[in-house]
Amino acid sequence: MSVALEAVGFAPVGLVELPFRDGYVPSIVVVSLYVSLVAVSLSTLVSVPVAVTMGFLEFPGKSLVKSVINTGMGFPSVVVGLVVLFVVSNQGPLGSFELIFTREAMILSQFVLATPPITAISLAAITGVDDGVREAASALGGTRVDVALVVLKEARYGIATAILAGFGRAISEVGSVLIVGGNITSADGISKTRTLTTAIQLEARQGRYETAMILGAVLVVLVLTVNTIVVRLGDGNAPR
Amino acid sequence: MSIQRRRFITALGAGATVAAAGCAGNTMDGETNESGSNGETTAQVGVAGETLTLTTTTSTYDTGLLDAIHTNFEDLYGVSVDAVAQGTGAALESARNGDADVVMVHARSLEDEFMRNGYGINRRDLMFNDFVIVGPEADPAGIQGASSATDALTTIADAQAPFVSRGDNSGTHTKELVLWEEAGTQPGGDWYQETGTGMGEALNIANQQGAYTLSDRGTFISQRSEIDLTILVQGPIEGGPEILANPYGVMAVNPGVHDNANYDLAMAYIGWITSPGAQDAIADYQMNGEQLFFPEAVSEEPDFQQYVPEGWQSDSASE
Repeated sequence: MSVALEAVGFAPVGLVELPFRDGYVPSIVVVSLYVSLVAVSLSTLVSVPVAVTMGFLEFPGKSLVKSVINTGMGFPSVVVGLVVLFVVSNQGPLGSFELIFTREAMILSQFVLATPPITAISLAAITGVDDGVREAASALGGTRVDVALVVLKEARYGIATAILAGFGRAISEVGSVLIVGGNITSADGISKTRTLTTAIQLEARQGRYETAMILGAVLVVLVLTVNTIVVRLGDGNAPR
Repeated sequence: MSIQRRRFITALGAGATVAAAGCAGNTMDGETNESGSNGETTAQVGVAGETLTLTTTTSTYDTGLLDAIHTNFEDLYGVSVDAVAQGTGAALESARNGDADVVMVHARSLEDEFMRNGYGINRRDLMFNDFVIVGPEADPAGIQGASSATDALTTIADAQAPFVSRGDNSGTHTKELVLWEEAGTQPGGDWYQETGTGMGEALNIANQQGAYTLSDRGTFISQRSEIDLTILVQGPIEGGPEILANPYGVMAVNPGVHDNANYDLAMAYIGWITSPGAQDAIADYQMNGEQLFFPEAVSEEPDFQQYVPEGWQSDSASE
C-alpha cells in the first residue's frame, strides 16, 4: 500500500539548499500528496454520484440536503479534526482499528473536509448544463444513463474545478491533520504523518519563519503543478 | 502496517546513524550493528517491528533531542518511535485516551494526578534543566538579577510590563501558574497575554512585543540566535532559585487500563532511556555549544519518590 511513500529517492526540490536533513522535504511532500490525493479520490467517488443523483432527481428534502452540503463547505478543519480524533481514538467507536496518528486517520479527516466542496461544486456544474442538451439527448432516444453521461461530459470542467477545489482544501489544511496525524517523523527525519502544512506549523512554532516560508513556497508550487496537470488532462481527454 | 516497511525504515535509520553521529554522541555507536546485518539481529528481539507511540512536550522535540537519541533505540530494538509533540497537558490527555504507549513530560503535579488516576505506571525521573525568566534587554520592569522568581513576577505585575503566557496547559504554563500563585499575584489585564502557542512561538511573540516570558532553558538556547530576548532571572542550573527547576519524567501507560498499550515496548523504551548509554547521549546533546538537558536517571542513591506520586505513602494507599 505504501511502498511508493518510501521512495525517498523522489526528485529533490530544486530550490536553494534547505536547512533540513536529507530526504526530509521529499518525504513530507510525498505524505502530503499521498494523503490528499487518496482523500480527494475517495471524496470524488462519493461526491460525483451524489451530485449526479441530486442533479437528476427531485425528492422531498432536497433543498435541506443542499443546505447541509453547503454548510459542510464551511466546516472548520479543527472541528473536523476533533470529531475524527474522537472517532478513531482508542476510546472511540473505531478505536480497535488503531488509526490514531496514522495517515489513514488523516485521509479520513480530509475526506470529510473535501467531500462537501466537491459535491456542491459538481452539483452546480451539473445543474448548470443547458436544458437543451438534456432534451436533445432524450429526443435522440437516449436512455437515462445516456442522458446522464452526456450531461456529465458537458459538466466536466465544472467537475474538474470541484475536484481541484477539494484537493486545494485538503492539501492546504493544517488543523485536522495535526490533531489526528500527530505530525510525526521518524528519528532520521523521514515523514510518517508530517505534511507540508504541519511542517510549516512546526517551523513557525519555533520561530523559524524563513524555513516556514520556503516550505510554504514548496506547497504553492505543488498545488500549482497538480492544477496544471489536471487542466491539461481535462483538455487532452476531451477532443471536440 | 507491514513489518516489511519497518525493516525498510530501520535500514534507512541505520544509514542515518552515521550522519547523525555528530550530534548523537559517539558513545553509543559501538553498540549498534553495521547497517547490513540489522534486519537479522533485531528480529530476535520480541518487540522488533513494532511501533512505540510517545506523546511528549514541545521542548523535548523542538530542541531536536529526541530525534538525535532515538535512532539508537530504533536500531537496537528494530522498532520505530512515533514521537508526538503536544505539550504536557495534551500529551497526558492522549495517553489517558489510550492513544500513547509512553509519555515524557515535565509537570510533576500533572504526572502525579495521571498516576493517581491509574493511567501511568513505572515513572522514572529522566532528566532536568531549568526555567528562566527572559525579557527585553532594556528590562523595563527592572527584574534583572532578582534572586527570587516570584519577586520578579510581582515586579513585572506591579509595573504592568507586558508578559506573554503560554496559556496552553503545558508544563511551562503549569510552572508559570505555580509561580504566580507562590507570588500571591493574580495576573490579568492588558499586559498579560495568553498566547496558546508552543514555547518557540511564545518566545517570538515576546520578542516582537518586548515582553517578558517564562521559558525552559533548552528552547530558549535553541532559539536565542534569532531573538533579542535575554535571560533576566536564572534558574538553578546557573545558581538561580530552586523553584525554577524543570524536571522531566517518563512513564508507561498502564496496560491494566488500556490493554492496547504496547507495554513491553514502553518498558523497553524506559529501560533504554534511563540506561547509562542513553543518559550519556542526553548529556552530550548540545545546541549552539550548550548542553540542553541534564540526565538524572542514573544514581547511586535512587530517589524512591520518583516512582510514586509526591507525598504518597503506603499506609495512605487505602484512601
